Amino acid sequence: MAIVFQKPKSLTSKELHYCPGCPHGIIHRLVAEAIDNLGIEGRTIGVAPVGCAVMAYDYFSCDMVEAAHGRAPAVATGLKRSLPGNIIFTYQGDGDLASIGMAETVHAATRNENITIIFVNNAIYGMTGGQMAPTSLPGQVTQTSPYGRDVKVAGYPIKVCEMLSALDAPYYIERVAVNNVKNVLKAKKAVEKAFRNQIEGKGFSLIEVVSACPTNWGMTPQKALQWVEDKMIPYYPLGVFRDKGVEEAK
Amino acid sequence: MPEKVLMKGNEAIAEAALRAGCKHYFGYPITPQTELTAYMAKKLPKMEGGVFLQAESEISAINMVYGVASTGKRVMTSSSSPGISLKQEGISYIAGADLPAVIVNVQRGGPGLGGIQPSQSDYFQATKGGGHGDYHLIVLTPSSVQEMADLTHLAFDLADKYRCPAMLLADGTMGQMMEPVALPEEHLGGIEKPWAVTGTEMKREHNIINSLYLSPEVLEKTNFERYQRYAQIEENEVRYENYMMDDAEYCIVAFGIAARVAKNAITLMRKEGLKVGLIRPITVWPFPKKAIRAAADKVKGFVSVELSMGQMIEDVKLAEECLRPVVLCNRAGGMIPGVDQIVSVTKDLVSCVEGGAR
Amino acid sequence: MAKVTFNEDICKGCGLCVDACPKHILALDRNKINKKGHNPAVMTDQSKCIACAFCATMCPDCVITVEK
Repeated sequence: MAIVFQKPKSLTSKELHYCPGCPHGIIHRLVAEAIDNLGIEGRTIGVAPVGCAVMAYDYFSCDMVEAAHGRAPAVATGLKRSLPGNIIFTYQGDGDLASIGMAETVHAATRNENITIIFVNNAIYGMTGGQMAPTSLPGQVTQTSPYGRDVKVAGYPIKVCEMLSALDAPYYIERVAVNNVKNVLKAKKAVEKAFRNQIEGKGFSLIEVVSACPTNWGMTPQKALQWVEDKMIPYYPLGVFRDKGVEEAK
Repeated sequence: MPEKVLMKGNEAIAEAALRAGCKHYFGYPITPQTELTAYMAKKLPKMEGGVFLQAESEISAINMVYGVASTGKRVMTSSSSPGISLKQEGISYIAGADLPAVIVNVQRGGPGLGGIQPSQSDYFQATKGGGHGDYHLIVLTPSSVQEMADLTHLAFDLADKYRCPAMLLADGTMGQMMEPVALPEEHLGGIEKPWAVTGTEMKREHNIINSLYLSPEVLEKTNFERYQRYAQIEENEVRYENYMMDDAEYCIVAFGIAARVAKNAITLMRKEGLKVGLIRPITVWPFPKKAIRAAADKVKGFVSVELSMGQMIEDVKLAEECLRPVVLCNRAGGMIPGVDQIVSVTKDLVSCVEGGAR
Repeated sequence: MAKVTFNEDICKGCGLCVDACPKHILALDRNKINKKGHNPAVMTDQSKCIACAFCATMCPDCVITVEK
């Protein structure tokens, strides 16, 4: 009997605290699979966000640093500039990356920091009980937009991949999703590429993962993943926004 | 006798940091400390392993410091008052994660955008918290360009020794003035840091740099353990200068530029037969409580000379335990107390205490 | 010949594996409550399993190991 699928080695034995059906577990696994496949656990240092994934430092077996809310790209910059031979990744939610941390995100991207950013976009602030995020959709009901996000008051959502691809510097930007097997497998490839780019010293790689929050969306996991398909992906289209590797190959 | 170089205070800090083995600097321009940032911008890229980055904000800069500090390497940021306010969350995280780092505050007038002239009005911020939670910074207060260099060098050593962030609390005058400096020798200050994140190399359990402990019992324990280290710092690392205190009947307490002016005022008052001395804190945390308490047994009163609305005076009063009167001699907004003002305030105190006998 | 193992104690009963299985041979066992208080996912007909690992791919908790 050969193993076809098992838990990756670079996830610890600690049980994940996430809600049933929360895609964080899938995305953590994709990161760990990339670390395993590339054989980099011994030189990887991850940066945990503030958000549901705040305790990510307990789930990855590489060295980990807990960052202040939004500041992970700055912490990662310090780590990478101090240890250029190490592999540095951040794992951030939509509040962390696109609200309080927007400046750090943009500037790490424009400096082309040779780091890997995993951006989990579930259009809501999960940890604090379901408040509006910068990526919450127009009309989306949240605790702080109880009548639906009113674009006249709260503006429009931020499309991070589109925005960052206006910068000259970043090396690789792709948006993926994990709402079905096909998308998970594509996401897995993208995440691994984002790490491989760093190993090869190519520069800034960011993978936006369109995710879900069943609990705060008030849906079952199944309905939540369907909502990703029906509502999120049309607003946040999947695909490659920047891949300098493709241009280099020509 | 080491050779002396004429240097600006801000640049002396930078050079001393480099000689202390600090190869990582993150900063943002702000008056009156920008020369420090510019000096690092020039020097670090030419040094092997040197990292200079002008961060997008003071907030980013302190978080970059947190990142480097996590790897166990020496790292520094500098700013002035409003920028130091921005760094407070990051400083609390650095303290809460027990990381060594050096933060330089070249104080300017405040509050708010304030002014660009010198002040000492961030004393509370530096010594009483600034950031949230229970923690302390080791706070060093230079009074000359020589001390700007020497205390920077010391700051790195103390930060490493106690796994505690250290702050160089200078004022705009110190930053801008030029004096001859004997620069410290290069030293590498290597102590083992097994807690640092450097990559496990699959040879050890992973290290986690963190300040989050959801269990209150555990968080309480980390607080108490940290305060045991602070108790050691208070026991071992108090630094101050006694100036003409042997026969002093009145004691001025002042640091930074205020101490320089106070010394001139003392010279004047001594000529008139008034026996005044100065206790000059070189660390304001840990504060020289014992020295002031001892002085309170001998002198008849204290004058706290400050470039603020009166912040250090509270620590003077606490230290001397209500034994003697303590008065404030102050300017604010970027003004510096002059010799005449210090003399006048001291003489008023003398009149109060001795009933106008002199 | 395929074998799928469930680490029953850590299953949160989210059901994503059940939906993902192309052979429809997984189910939440409504007659069982695991240590976490959930109905854990179970295999209902191992002989039909093709070891595609779609179930494990969608599982957020690495409950499932697939062998062939």
